[in-house]
Amino acid sequence: MSGATDQLPRLLSLVPYLLTRPGAKISDVAKTFGVSEEQLSRDLELVYMCGLPGYFPGDLIEVDITASGRITVSNADTIARPLRLSRDEALALIVGLRMLADLPGLQEREAVDSALAKLENAAEEAAVASSAVAVEIDPPNRSPDTLAIVDRALRDRRRLHLSYYVPARDETTERDVDPMRVSVVAGRSYLEGWCRSAEAVRLFRLDRITSVELLDLPAEPPPDAQPRDLDAGLFQPGPDDVAVELIVAPAGRWVCEYYPCESVEELPDGEMLIRLRTPDTRWVRRLALRLGPTGRVVAPSDLAAAVAADARAALDAYATHGLTDS
Amino acid sequence: MSARKTERLLNLVICLLATRRYLSAEQIRRTVAGYEDLGDEAFKRKFERDKEDLRDLGIPLETGSDSTFDDEPGYRIRRDDYSLPDITFEPAELAVLGVAARTWQQASLGSAASGALLKLRAAGVDVDDAVPVAIETRVATSEPAFEAVRQATADRRAITFHYRTRDSTRHVEPWGLVSWHGRWYLVGHDRDRGDTRVFRVSRIVGDVRAVGRRGDVEVPDGVDIRKIVLQMVEDPVRISAKVLVRDGAAQGMRRRALSMEPHHDGWDLLELPVAHAERLADEAMGFGPDVVIVEPAEARAAVLARLRAVAATAVQWTGG
Repeated sequence: MSGATDQLPRLLSLVPYLLTRPGAKISDVAKTFGVSEEQLSRDLELVYMCGLPGYFPGDLIEVDITASGRITVSNADTIARPLRLSRDEALALIVGLRMLADLPGLQEREAVDSALAKLENAAEEAAVASSAVAVEIDPPNRSPDTLAIVDRALRDRRRLHLSYYVPARDETTERDVDPMRVSVVAGRSYLEGWCRSAEAVRLFRLDRITSVELLDLPAEPPPDAQPRDLDAGLFQPGPDDVAVELIVAPAGRWVCEYYPCESVEELPDGEMLIRLRTPDTRWVRRLALRLGPTGRVVAPSDLAAAVAADARAALDAYATHGLTDS
Repeated sequence: MSARKTERLLNLVICLLATRRYLSAEQIRRTVAGYEDLGDEAFKRKFERDKEDLRDLGIPLETGSDSTFDDEPGYRIRRDDYSLPDITFEPAELAVLGVAARTWQQASLGSAASGALLKLRAAGVDVDDAVPVAIETRVATSEPAFEAVRQATADRRAITFHYRTRDSTRHVEPWGLVSWHGRWYLVGHDRDRGDTRVFRVSRIVGDVRAVGRRGDVEVPDGVDIRKIVLQMVEDPVRISAKVLVRDGAAQGMRRRALSMEPHHDGWDLLELPVAHAERLADEAMGFGPDVVIVEPAEARAAVLARLRAVAATAVQWTGG
């Protein structure tokens, strides 16, 4: 059941929407407004009861619904125009557009700029407040050419060859990718595409693409290949993922802000137990080393042993170079 | 119950849009459906709440009177103030508007974004005509304090909150919010420090309390909130380091090296721009046995101390 505070703004948009589209289908309208057909019927019944004071038949808004489910609304001149954008509404769209405007090399740039100008004009003062909220996207200028080539490949539906740096393994890989879309999540831009080596949809962070080549081949992702559901999170644990437990001191608490953690448990003395799942534990080894005395892997035990072995090997490397400072 | 209230509010909006003259509360009580059968006090309370609700929805309810002899305030809604200005968008513009709205799908502004699109559609703009765009953007606002801080920033009201860093209570005049790498930062004037400060919104603990009146906060001319945040999060390069890197390893370092030359069998010597010794130590630790810091000595000492600590913990464990 939607409360009055949701329903009234919807009605104030619904009436002008229907006035400009006589004979609109119930199912289409319900979908547009994100409500069930039953809720839409209740909305229309309510509208039908409203109108100018006096509330005689000629004063009331008229709503006709045909047997085939088509709606026509009339006699609603006073609310024929939608309400102007609220401060938050203007902000949401304007900040979203400004994010797109910050992506270099995007072919939609012109449309973004003109939509932004129209919106700022329509929202007036509401637009001013929008400059108090900004979203930075990395890399803003570091790889403009990469984005331009990726964008071109998407438009022309062509295959790309990538040299791609994988930090977890500290190696640069070569692969052909059929691009599907560009995704910007958590301030970073990614190419999402069908990786022909992995034979799966993969995400490639644009700033880790060391070189990109537009191939003279069509992009042919399998018809059932779907880009990720961004709202379910970028990194979804798989069935074969390793469960890792880390204990960090107060100085290592940043870990849970930077990495996707499954759970975080406060321990005595300000320590924290972090649980996470990952398909590749190599980055955890690197993280554990980086944490030094402010964190340690507790499970799995072979991972903890590997971290210690890494530390000893690193000390040996300093020793062979005569750089142990002692 | 709630449907009855919606009905009354809708009738009130229609009535106040239709009138050119200001209508007194008493006239509204007599003419608008939904206020009948109420005692004086009950009507007064209900009408006050209704006015509040309309203003919260952004409906510009005007108070005034037609004659200087009239003491009693009247109400109306001017159509020009109420209505979305005439606006039309091209298919390509609609496409990017759709992307912009979906940005907030999982965030606190999600319903505002979809409400905005509905208003544009209601104005006759058909978003379904949009051309497909192969780009999706998302912004998260998972920090519990985000909405309270954002509202206060928009209202230009000062706030106080408890901040985890140095376990302190802060008094801040908010200037703006910047998201960087998916995390929100608040920029403002810190009243206790008497200076500009940047706060991680995730480190705000508990409630954010607004103090003073709306509009009290003045953002100084020329303030660039994005620049302030970037200066804080991106350490400028201050020193040049020398590191030994095993053949084929530490690609991330090689990519930003100023120079690179073979050193001795299996190792290359890199000259590397870094912000400070501690940052270099962090980075080098991550590469384990593949990177050896030659200079600065300070960074090398930090790495050696950490490596010894890690090796020692492990010995304890295997021994215990």
